[in-house]
Amino acid sequence: MSNTKGEVIKQGAEARVYRTTFLGQDTIIKERFSKSYRHPVLDERLTTKRLNQESRCIARCQKHGIHTPTVYFVDLKGKSIYLEFIEGKTVKEIMRGQPSQQEVDTVSLLIGKALSSMHNEAGLVHGDLTTSNMILHGDQLFLIDFGLAYVTTLAEDKAVDLYVLERAFLSTHPNSEEMFKKILEAYRQNSKKSGEAVLKKLEEVQMRGRKKLAFG
Amino acid sequence: MVLVMGFEGSANKIGIGIVRDDGHILANERTTYCPKVGEGFLPKDTAKHHRDNILRLVQKALQTANITPSELDALAYTKGPGMGGPLRSVAVVARTLSQLWKKPLIPVNHCIGHIEMGRIVTGADDPVILYVSGGNTQVISYSLQRYRIFGETIDIAIGNCLDRFARVIQVPNDPSPGYNIEQMAKKGQQFIELPYVVKGMDVSFSGILSSIEKIATQQLAEGTCTKEDLCYSLQETLFAMLIETTERAMAHCGQNEVLIVGGVGCNVHLQEERGGKLFATDDRYCIDNGAMIAWGGLVMFTSGVKEVPLSETTCTQRYRTDEVLVQWRT
Ligand SMILES: Nc1ncnc2c1ncn2[C@@H]1O[C@H](COP(=O)(O)OP(=O)(O)O)[C@@H](O)[C@H]1O
Ligand SMILES: [Mg+2]
Repeated sequence: MSNTKGEVIKQGAEARVYRTTFLGQDTIIKERFSKSYRHPVLDERLTTKRLNQESRCIARCQKHGIHTPTVYFVDLKGKSIYLEFIEGKTVKEIMRGQPSQQEVDTVSLLIGKALSSMHNEAGLVHGDLTTSNMILHGDQLFLIDFGLAYVTTLAEDKAVDLYVLERAFLSTHPNSEEMFKKILEAYRQNSKKSGEAVLKKLEEVQMRGRKKLAFG
Repeated sequence: MVLVMGFEGSANKIGIGIVRDDGHILANERTTYCPKVGEGFLPKDTAKHHRDNILRLVQKALQTANITPSELDALAYTKGPGMGGPLRSVAVVARTLSQLWKKPLIPVNHCIGHIEMGRIVTGADDPVILYVSGGNTQVISYSLQRYRIFGETIDIAIGNCLDRFARVIQVPNDPSPGYNIEQMAKKGQQFIELPYVVKGMDVSFSGILSSIEKIATQQLAEGTCTKEDLCYSLQETLFAMLIETTERAMAHCGQNEVLIVGGVGCNVHLQEERGGKLFATDDRYCIDNGAMIAWGGLVMFTSGVKEVPLSETTCTQRYRTDEVLVQWRT
């Protein structure tokens, strides 16, 4: 197997990502590796769980018309998942490339829409929303990296998901407060009552975050 | 040569330190308020402890450093974050001495003190910082004049989680609950599965705490596990979560050094837990101390923060790390 995995395109914190051809398709292989610092029981449990979550949640997204790479194959033994390769730039790359205001607005709208469908139609929380986990492919926004995703009905879980994204935005892209607001606005417009509840909870979660620092 | 005296008392330690601009630590005196087994430290009692000890520690620091107050260039104190009462009890003394000795007084963010102290002691230049203490759990990285928070706990701090668990199983507070849990964890045999809650670069500990509390009451009574097993499993789970999010932040920021600071950072097991380039300090520096505030004040002082008007030398219980303009770094 190892020599057919192709070229490593990213060595992440918990997975190696390869680009290769699989059954004639342009393919990404994401191979998770064991972490020696984790208790073996915990490590095994997390790795298996995340492989399963990733393929299940992607399938669930696709059922609801949310753009995600198609899963071609899951190799539990090899701790690998084979995914459709998505041509394009991550939102992080776009943001780093000094985008025009119009580009920013377009991307914000797409992000808000995608997240609202994912939360309120598919009933999913992504669990690791960052700008590197979104790829702009033409005029479609693809969400990737669903290893920490799960199904939930709680507005609180979804609010924390948005909170994670907000913090990723503000820490990675200074002065992106306006953009994040636009994302939330698009989220609001694309969701009905359940979306409102999430946004309301988000305010609570944000307050908690600010209040939390009791002492150092 | 610049000499600064630092005053720290944001939680249950009161510390006075004196540092020099080459990073040399001339004195670092400290005492810790340890409540009885099963109790946490209350603001009122902690403030009293600080008031009772602070003057003695100031004198001792001057003695150890072998200097007179006239040789100092500035004083620095912890503005926050922290517990109101203890913070104020220390700030009052710092303000008074700055007036008496006619020295400028610099307010320091406690977290920045930890970070800058960690950097100077270990020589880590631009690390991802894992900040783990009783009140704080954050993954931080520097960019554009701020220490930016990439990940943090969305509920309670790691130290708080450990301390509260220590009270449940009646672990002594002396020298610290965390230290005692670490020792007990070494004797743990059985790994008990606990919730593992990581959300991106954020973590959550409150669910783990309530889950282990339940397990403790049940299984300890039934004799199916020991306190040591629980300490071991809790530590393994919490630390794996911290390291995972730290690694994620490192990958995200493209950095390969980690600096661990804060009281929980002196846990040797946590320091051993990962490969890569890890920087950590021992308990003299990762536990709250006066030298770190002195050093935080010194880097501010030498980068141009000359004098803060007396009316602005206040305290605040909430003071986020990313609020501080880091004008001493490029
Ligand atoms: N299906 C895909 N198509 C194109 N690029 C991808 C795809 N999946 C991942 N990548 C690239 O690899 C990077 C890491 O993949 P990801 O699934 O996010 O793993 P990690 O857990 O390491 O973040 C992404 O940020 C993206 O640049
Ligand atoms: Mg990713």
